[in-house]
Amino acid sequence: MKIDVNTLRKIAHLARLEFDEKGAEHMTKDMTQILDWVEKLNELDTSGVEPLTTMSSEENIMREDVVGEHLDHEKGLKNAPKRDSDYFRVPKVLE
Amino acid sequence: MEKFRSFDEIKKSLQNGDTSCKAIVNHYLENIQTKAHLNAFVEVYTQSALEKAEEIDKKLSTGKAGKLAGMVLGIKDVLCYQGHEANASSKILSGFESQFTATAIQRLIDEDAIIIGRLNCDEFGMGSSNENSVHGNTLNAADEGRVPGGSSGGSAVAVQANLCTASLGTDTGGSVRQPAAFTGTVGIKPTYSRVSRWGLIAYASSFDTIGVFSNNVKDNAMVLETMAGPDDYDSTSSKKPVPNYSELLHFDKRAKIACLKETMHSDALQDEIKQHTLDILDKLREEGHQVEEVDFPLLTYVLPTYYILTTAEASSNLSRFDGVKYGYRTPNAHNLESMYKLTRSEGFGEEVKRRIMLGTFVLSASYYDAYFTKAQKVRRMIKEFTENLLNKFDYIVMPTTPSVAFRFGEHRDDPVAMYLEDLFTVQASVSGVPAISIPNGNDSNGLPIGLQIMANSFKEADLYAFANYLMDLKSSN
Repeated sequence: MKIDVNTLRKIAHLARLEFDEKGAEHMTKDMTQILDWVEKLNELDTSGVEPLTTMSSEENIMREDVVGEHLDHEKGLKNAPKRDSDYFRVPKVLE
Repeated sequence: MEKFRSFDEIKKSLQNGDTSCKAIVNHYLENIQTKAHLNAFVEVYTQSALEKAEEIDKKLSTGKAGKLAGMVLGIKDVLCYQGHEANASSKILSGFESQFTATAIQRLIDEDAIIIGRLNCDEFGMGSSNENSVHGNTLNAADEGRVPGGSSGGSAVAVQANLCTASLGTDTGGSVRQPAAFTGTVGIKPTYSRVSRWGLIAYASSFDTIGVFSNNVKDNAMVLETMAGPDDYDSTSSKKPVPNYSELLHFDKRAKIACLKETMHSDALQDEIKQHTLDILDKLREEGHQVEEVDFPLLTYVLPTYYILTTAEASSNLSRFDGVKYGYRTPNAHNLESMYKLTRSEGFGEEVKRRIMLGTFVLSASYYDAYFTKAQKVRRMIKEFTENLLNKFDYIVMPTTPSVAFRFGEHRDDPVAMYLEDLFTVQASVSGVPAISIPNGNDSNGLPIGLQIMANSFKEADLYAFANYLMDLKSSN
């Protein structure tokens, strides 16, 4: 699968990443190489095989919804790059 | 102070009154300082480790100490320890201070293990050489011009260079076993879900495990048995009881051992590693064990499966790093979207971005079935094949890595060549089964070689007993 710059820009936007021209060129080359390599899986006949969607052998057990020990407000905000007394602060969303 | 070769020796010295926890911590602190250029530790908790040591010395004098009293541990920089920084070796988590402690670490502390510092690794556990770290390279103490392996490179070197008794790493595709092989240490990846992942900064959640590095099998078993077991904070953690592995090391049965033809005849396998592996297999035959070469036709599909699934999971897991809640935020943003994009582009390293991009691609609507679903199907085939083989055989034995430790920069421009370093370790990760790497001598340049043993899910006790037997068998040469 050849990744072109247009596809790369679309994927980068979905991933909230940005690349300059040189970085984009480098990334399209790497992604193309890696995708060509993983496409080896197409050699395998997987018809009739169910996708494996969980690795845990545990069954889901429901518990009562009770108040427990959790991160308190101050601890939750402690690492914020920008905050006020109650909230995380971000740049303006609406102009 | 002489180097302690095992935790048993430490315990004996403590019992005889020849040493104290404080003296042991000081001994390691001195070693850390002497070997600072190896760059294994990114932060040393000098004061808190010494305080804890005094506290445990008091407990010892009244006979109230936990079973790990005297054990000094380093932890990989992806594990949360309350009140201490954790960066996952990434700029994007610079300044992040853990607000709680990982369950695995808490259980070790509860048994009076002392945490002496945090250890260098590849960014978010993504890498096989420890070269993708905001903290810089960690050097292999066997040859300082070579990588220690990765991603848990610092954890491996800390044990190799005697900077702590044992250390915690994490293993998603070989990140404990490959550096263990490169440094001549013992490293285990337990069964998926055996140890709670609460407090582990996630890379690929259906693969991630917390593992252990040590100088010998028994120390390793003691650490794992202490941290394993169910946890309310990780709903995937297994509720199966945890045996006391360290008390079950006696091995006296005839084992059925499978050796995979495709690994032993792989073009990538270095001759000396092959020879060391064949020698140990011969020795096992001489001792009356059954060793059989079997086909593993799926070997070349294991790494592609691993990379599709882990990059997909990583792209989702790493979406939480957005500059809002913690860590780095770009100073250059002019609106919310540019804050997200610039923070992430400036904060993540190259390899992490590569994997986020790949993962986003394989999960995008047009390609989801062709890549992601396909890989989930192949994962089932690999898992079932491996489990069936381990129902017929007690163990699968193979080299841990195709090559010995390579030089810095050797795979700089070729991501796929770097990925192939994990050729033999990813099978256990894709299948969820436990695997251990033990030292298997050195090559002619004095570089360590690793031997990997796999067993079926939750058979850690059997795995440790056989690994211990093999270590004895080799030393009886």
